[in-house]
Amino acid sequence: MTKLLFFGRTRDAAGCGEMDCEIPAAIESVADLRAWIASRDPALGAVLAARDIRVAADQCICVNEGASIRGASEIAFMPPLSGG
Amino acid sequence: MIRTLITPDPFSPETEMQALSKERDSEAGALASFVGYCRSANGAVSQLELDHYPGFTEAEVSRLAHSVAARHDLLDLLVIHRIGVIPANDPIVLVAALSCHRAEAFAAVAEMMDYLKTDAPFWKSETGPDGSRWIEPVAADYARRAEHTK
Repeated sequence: MTKLLFFGRTRDAAGCGEMDCEIPAAIESVADLRAWIASRDPALGAVLAARDIRVAADQCICVNEGASIRGASEIAFMPPLSGG
Repeated sequence: MIRTLITPDPFSPETEMQALSKERDSEAGALASFVGYCRSANGAVSQLELDHYPGFTEAEVSRLAHSVAARHDLLDLLVIHRIGVIPANDPIVLVAALSCHRAEAFAAVAEMMDYLKTDAPFWKSETGPDGSRWIEPVAADYARRAEHTK
């Protein structure tokens, strides 16, 4: 089971801050994950497809779309960061 | 000493500054600080909500503070950042730096704030009479942040 975390505008799109899901073994990369979510929920997928939405697997930011997310217990979708 | 605190609780910048000033050692000749407040903008903003990523946000803010302190010759660096619902006019963030001379303290505070604006895992929404909207960094924020990596 993997916990998906949604922040900022992705939380609005998902309708919640986190959800648990069983990610199929064939889903290996960030790009695979975005496509898999879009196939299940096109509206959420469209929001997550934006290039300024970064992905972190187990609190490490994935450097590109080919980065592996296999085995991650927690995957976060993060719009542009904005503190201060 | 580098201290970072991410907290849902209100804090008093004045109390924190007094404590930092009292703790300073004989080498410290400069204390610079910045306080960011939730603007009410004449009633256009009733509150901000700061979302964060528990664990990751604390680690990243600490990492950023250590990187700023490493580039400037600081004696102390304090960063307090609120999360959760922040009513208009409340302080959101305090950054304070102690150093021997003023240049390092001024530079460190400005740099830490620029990093908090674009590199710290917070997501900010603003609520007013017309509802809520997410606030994301603008080009000027990224330009200021880029100045520090030249």
